Amino acid sequence: MLDITKQSLSELVENIKNKKLSSSEATKAFVERSEKSKELNAYITEDYANALNKAKTFDEKPNLDLKLPGIPMAVKDLFCTKDLRTTAGSKILNNFVPTYESTVTQNIWNEGAILMGKLNCDEFAMGSSNETSFFGNVQNPIDKNLVPGGSSGGSSSAVAAQLTPITIGTDTGGSIRQPASFTGTVGLKPTYGSCSRYGIVAFASSLDQAGPMAQNVKDCALLQEVISTYDEKDSTSIDFKRNEYSKELTKDIKGKKIGIPKEYRVDGMPKEIEDLWKKGIEYAKDCGAEIIDISLPHTNYALPTYYIVAPAEASSNLARYDGVKYGFRAEGENLIDMYEKTRSEGFGAEVQRRIMIGTYVLSSGYYDAYYLKAQKVRKLIKNDFDDAYKKVDAILTPSTPSSAFKIGEKTNDPVSMYLNDIFTVPVNLAGLPGISIPAGHDAKGYPLGLQIIGKAFDEQNILNIAYAMEEKINFKNNINDWWIK
Amino acid sequence: MSKNKSEYLINRHDNQYEVVIGLEVHAQVTSASKLFSTSATKFGAEPNTQVSLVDAAFPGMLPVINEYCVKQAIKTGIGLKAKINKRSVFDRKNYFYADLPQGYQISQFKDPIVGEGKVILDMPDGQKEVGIERLHLEQDAGKSIHDLDPKNTFVDLNRSGVALMEIVSKPDLRSPDEVNVYIKKLRSIMRYLGTCDGNMQEGSLRADVNISVRKKGSKEFGTRCEIKNVNSIKFMQMAIEYEANRQVDLIEDGQMIDQETRLFDTKKNETRSMRSKEDAHDYRYFPDPDLLPLEVSDDFIENLKSEIPELPDEKKKRFIEKFKLSPYEANILVSDIETSNYFENVIKKSDVKLATNWIIGELFAALNEKNLEITESPISPGNLSKLINLIKDGTISGKIAKTVFEQMMEGDKDPKKIVEEKGLKQESDPKALEALIDKVIDDNRDKAIEYNSGKVKLFGFFVGQVMKVSGGKANPQLVNEILKKKL
Repeated sequence: MLDITKQSLSELVENIKNKKLSSSEATKAFVERSEKSKELNAYITEDYANALNKAKTFDEKPNLDLKLPGIPMAVKDLFCTKDLRTTAGSKILNNFVPTYESTVTQNIWNEGAILMGKLNCDEFAMGSSNETSFFGNVQNPIDKNLVPGGSSGGSSSAVAAQLTPITIGTDTGGSIRQPASFTGTVGLKPTYGSCSRYGIVAFASSLDQAGPMAQNVKDCALLQEVISTYDEKDSTSIDFKRNEYSKELTKDIKGKKIGIPKEYRVDGMPKEIEDLWKKGIEYAKDCGAEIIDISLPHTNYALPTYYIVAPAEASSNLARYDGVKYGFRAEGENLIDMYEKTRSEGFGAEVQRRIMIGTYVLSSGYYDAYYLKAQKVRKLIKNDFDDAYKKVDAILTPSTPSSAFKIGEKTNDPVSMYLNDIFTVPVNLAGLPGISIPAGHDAKGYPLGLQIIGKAFDEQNILNIAYAMEEKINFKNNINDWWIK
Repeated sequence: MSKNKSEYLINRHDNQYEVVIGLEVHAQVTSASKLFSTSATKFGAEPNTQVSLVDAAFPGMLPVINEYCVKQAIKTGIGLKAKINKRSVFDRKNYFYADLPQGYQISQFKDPIVGEGKVILDMPDGQKEVGIERLHLEQDAGKSIHDLDPKNTFVDLNRSGVALMEIVSKPDLRSPDEVNVYIKKLRSIMRYLGTCDGNMQEGSLRADVNISVRKKGSKEFGTRCEIKNVNSIKFMQMAIEYEANRQVDLIEDGQMIDQETRLFDTKKNETRSMRSKEDAHDYRYFPDPDLLPLEVSDDFIENLKSEIPELPDEKKKRFIEKFKLSPYEANILVSDIETSNYFENVIKKSDVKLATNWIIGELFAALNEKNLEITESPISPGNLSKLINLIKDGTISGKIAKTVFEQMMEGDKDPKKIVEEKGLKQESDPKALEALIDKVIDDNRDKAIEYNSGKVKLFGFFVGQVMKVSGGKANPQLVNEILKKKL
């Protein structure tokens, strides 16, 4: 049989269901590869012994009707996992062990999957390169000293390096799609309200959304089918009819209208990206789709809007990390002193920067000029998409304005770092689903991704388009296991 | 003080000052669970035993609105004759404190669930309308305990997340007395509705008091001070008296009043500055992104309207019209729901006039003496109505009834049984009374002669003697009639 860790999720599921493979064998293979891959620093917390035990238990009485029977899986360390440390990549939660499970991960375990460990990420998901994690940089398996993207950088690295057959990330402004693009993998940000936020460490509540990260579109569809459920514990969860995304997946996208927004041709966009986009358009045509030029006039304002709304919510969401109840506490002379020391020492620079921005834009005297205006612009951005979807079924754009960059290349230039999110952020602001699929390589041989944006609740449609294009693109990741000695 | 009794004015030199008061009442919603979590709200539980992961703000925990609390707030709004807002928004009020686990309080800022309404006060010189500005729902904070340890503060989160209604009045109140009547009326309405138990000892009802003063006749408002978190009517009144006089003194001294937040020190009976306007918190209110705007339908509101019981104002009107009670009597009987329920139960089977007198007179005095609430009354409404019927049908006299009543207060006994057991039944048999009266006249021959020679005042003496000999049981009316014939 083919090397176990080289198998896709769908193959693993099939082999376990056909009893060609046991959960223990699969788990052991991924654990061993993970252990050999410490240099990638993809994991924050490993739970291998428990994973192997759970696999053994599964094999004793395997329930093969489940969707993820005995499949080992590591998840982003933003999901609270019962009895396993959950840090959100921050010193302030360095010692935090939840007594509860997030809805999304619970859905995954309910379908038979087994937790291997928690994956690295930017601190509180604030970053585009995984460099803000308290637990250190993550290496991109594509090349040494290359960032894996962020904030779900541990997740993208682990999937690309096949340390886990599949994983979940969270996406507030591009944190699933951008790292997927940087690592030659597939990442889906579902419609806001599709996946429950219960038990996910919050960054920006009105934008955060969990989603699958996979090696291919089919795996991605299967995991989306598992994690997307209506949840009464999340007041923003939406009760809509969810498809069986993997079963209903089809490559037949004939006649689908795909929009190309002219505003995404941003100044200074590398020719490689422009070329990739053109190629993508050709692939879509080859699949039988109809290409239509569209306009999303407020695209230019999306990034500044995002960098007001997200920090504003974050500044409030992160107020609970005060050293009083759980997590890290620095001793102080009095309550205020304790707060100041705890939060100065417990939060990293990027998180502190965003808390300060958020506090500023909500302050009296600035609220109207920043937060309120940003909310109005957000509405305009959403209206742009609503108008566009009167003419098209989906929108095709590049996922990022560049390929992966070197570790340290942008750390001193937050604005250039923020610009990485330029194509992904509007999708979060509008609450829409978006998927990034690998579509080619740049001159350095680094992967580049294309993004397909759908109508709200229309995950099936963008998965289908991605599925059809994936076949035409026939992307191959060049990973030579450089980190394995 | 002014000569006009109902007007509260402060005199200094030749100036008369009027006091302008507005209240922000925090009323704890009566509900089994908290505003955004399923934890219990029972008062007096062991510290930190009614705390969910949501109340303690654990990572990834999310608020889910408690529909019952929403209903309670709307019902209260209906009771305040207020506009119910079909769309309201929960905002976050951000500040750091050890007993505020989230680092923000979920409240309603720009779009409260209830808009303008009114409350009618019954003052000695007539009715007064006090405007309600708004009512909104919000979470309570936990409790910091500073006096258990010299170095540390303890935090009890049982109260964290409990639903409060903040009821903001317009600056329509003008005296400590009006504040007293306003709070009692508000409490009465909420107790009728079952939306707040109004228990001030347990902290279910507390208020921030806004006070300013101005020269009588002035239309402009003075600079106000806010006295935070006063938890009894008496303290509110004391705080207002102190604060109003403090402000008048400042003005008379040619000084400015600083707009500030003050605390009332109940031991020293004074208010003192807590923080100035410059130091005021910037709460950075913004809509809570974890909660969608709260939308209620017309049907939802109409259903709640149909559940609203008769409220004190309507009940008072009915008591006056139907039972011919005086406004004074009606006011007392409707002041709280338990009293009016008691009254209505008694009069189901007995005379209204007698029932009114016995409840307002004997029963209230007896309960007062024993420091009991009407709900704790040893005498059930059924037995009180039996007692009244015994008086009404002449079985016992009013005087004997008082003896029976006293015995009933010792335990809820059937008055008929007491009368039988103790032989207290009124003697109304003319023959028996005649024999009794003959004996009294025989024993007091000399007085009978004096009476017949014109000393008519002695009639009372004979009545008294007959009552004495009968042990108070003789029917006084019959005794009168027979005595007149015999003497």
